[in-house]
Amino acid sequence: MPNYEPVLLRNVGVENARSIDVYRSRGGYRSAEKALKQMSPDDVIDEVKKANLRGRGGAGFPAGVKWTFLPKDRKRTLLCVNADESEPPTFCNRVLMEEDPHQLIEGTIIAGYTTRAQIAYIYLRVEFHEQFHILQKAVDEAYAAGLLGKNILGSDYSLEIYLHRGAGAYVCGEETGLIESIEGKRGWPRIKPPFPAIEGLFRQPTVVNNVETLANLPHIIERGADWFLSIGPPGSSGPKLFCISGPVNRPGCYEGPMTITCEELIMSDEYGQGMRGSVPVKAVFPGGTSMGVLKGDELGMKMDFDDPRNYGLLGLGTAAAVVVNAETDIRLVLRNLARFYALESCGQCTQCREGTSWMYRIAQRIENGAGRVEDLDLLEEVAGRMGMMPGLSICGLPDGATFPVRGVVQKFRAELEERIRNQDPGKVEAVLAVLN
Amino acid sequence: MSWQTIDRNVSPYAAGSEPVLSEGVREKIRSFFPRYDTKRAVLLPALHMVQDALGHVPYKAMAEIAEVLEIHPSDVLDTLTFYTHFWTHPKGEKVVMACRSISCELTGGREVLDAIKSHLGIGEHETTADGKYSLVTEECLAGCDHGPCMLINEKLHKCVKAADVPKLLDDAKNDRIEVPRSDLFDAPERSNSNQPS
Ligand SMILES: Cc1cc2nc3c(=O)[nH]c(=O)nc-3n(C[C@H](O)[C@H](O)[C@H](O)COP(=O)(O)O)c2cc1C
Ligand code: SF4
Ligand code: FES
Repeated sequence: MPNYEPVLLRNVGVENARSIDVYRSRGGYRSAEKALKQMSPDDVIDEVKKANLRGRGGAGFPAGVKWTFLPKDRKRTLLCVNADESEPPTFCNRVLMEEDPHQLIEGTIIAGYTTRAQIAYIYLRVEFHEQFHILQKAVDEAYAAGLLGKNILGSDYSLEIYLHRGAGAYVCGEETGLIESIEGKRGWPRIKPPFPAIEGLFRQPTVVNNVETLANLPHIIERGADWFLSIGPPGSSGPKLFCISGPVNRPGCYEGPMTITCEELIMSDEYGQGMRGSVPVKAVFPGGTSMGVLKGDELGMKMDFDDPRNYGLLGLGTAAAVVVNAETDIRLVLRNLARFYALESCGQCTQCREGTSWMYRIAQRIENGAGRVEDLDLLEEVAGRMGMMPGLSICGLPDGATFPVRGVVQKFRAELEERIRNQDPGKVEAVLAVLN
Repeated sequence: MSWQTIDRNVSPYAAGSEPVLSEGVREKIRSFFPRYDTKRAVLLPALHMVQDALGHVPYKAMAEIAEVLEIHPSDVLDTLTFYTHFWTHPKGEKVVMACRSISCELTGGREVLDAIKSHLGIGEHETTADGKYSLVTEECLAGCDHGPCMLINEKLHKCVKAADVPKLLDDAKNDRIEVPRSDLFDAPERSNSNQPS
């Protein structure tokens, strides 16, 4: 975006940006001070509601509204920061934590103050090793500077931040799976209601927010809701991080307003800088794999919260795009994604456990040259029977599994049928013998 | 990870023998109690420390963790086996964790994995005879912009090329990270290499 001035990534490239001194010298922690000293929690909620800050973790639920679900007469609140980031191909939380850890801590202080939380747990996937060390150092610095612990900056507000490391499970990014995991249990999502705001971690009122959501808070406090609303289209306000990966010239995490299109994200000089070797685009999963797929001629989709639905996608998701080029066999993509969900389903709900496993088995059979055209109908049928939110599955994973699988089958049916027709019939037996 | 089973071969339970958890580890586990409402919530931190101390988590360690947290040993086993990060049998000094998800596969991840397998002479979830390396694959490591990528213990290797794999794996310092480490989740005796005999 010409003339777009980065907000969330504004400290990237600044020397020693991770250190508290540099962060402060660039205006850091002034928003936390302003919130704690000049604003009431309700003032902050009003401002964040007015800014319509929608959750960046995937569901897009307005953060200010979520906070108001906490019972008015609660004695305690717990805050969980979701840094599990396991949705392929998403890595913007990683960038925020390794480049500017104090921005996240400041956002956490503001959210904590607003929700009157005494403790915030930052749940980090265990594979974030360097990010853990960076963040823990930043937390230690913040304690030493009186920004965490008792009576922050001389106010009545006290907050402890504890880092909690996961142990390798995608489903622990689901907010109630995350809560169970902090409690020392398997990361099995809980049946809702009760929602975490009423009964969450240790059965206390709990808020779960994504890293990027919280990173926006200092800027909203500093510059106000009107400034925030002036960036991006109505309904999709504020700065947003976009990830782009796969065979593009410049994969990475970029910031912009949600007016950009998928095409710009891939092709523009400020973002992906086009396809490697100028191979045309076959497919894009623009919002993390769970949101579904775009064909090469659907790249005009806007990267905002609403437009993805016009293309049969579940939503904006994590706004992390992976591009598949025209030289790639779509069967490989189908199998790779089907495997992810089959292995990451936590297994509690029968249709999710069995459905994801069957989709994987069918996808393997197709990839290995033993597919049948009926298998495509079968995939659609299985997918149609397992994405049952809201209500019939405990969590949203089956929707995330079926949107990409069904999307690939529907949008690339011609290629799949052709590849099935061109299989070597003599090999089918041998393939099935290995797979079954 | 999931309900699906990975290699959960467990070292035999050595009943009656000496405790496997040092007093230092127990003390460090207890030091986490004030952070949480329940002792059970210290289970994941405890498992991280114990795996750091012993290299894996044998049955006996599960029973001893249960004792410290005042929960049942089966609670420990139940939680542990859900998570792919924990090992119930000895692993290599270094764990190579190659990403198998979509961005990495599209940028050459399978070739990298094949190169690792052939250089080490092992398959997934296996350990080399000299005990140096174990190999696993994992879903997206959130390093997709640097695909294909892999972790060697704590170190993320970015944009790995199949041809560079032998050199990379032969480099003794390939698990060093560039940022200062926090020892919060480490075993207290980490520095004096406490591998069980
Ligand atoms: C299977 C599954 C995995 C999820 N993984 C993540 C994740 O890694 N990070 C995240 O922030 N949200 C994840 N979510 C969404 C969370 O449940 C939750 O909506 C989010 O953390 C709320 O934060 P926000 O309102 O700030 O976006 C996941 C949801 C599901 C169903
Ligand atoms: S829907 Fe799937 S992942 Fe979610 S709780 Fe049920 S089985 Fe587990
Ligand atoms: S796909 Fe390999 S790190 Fe994300």
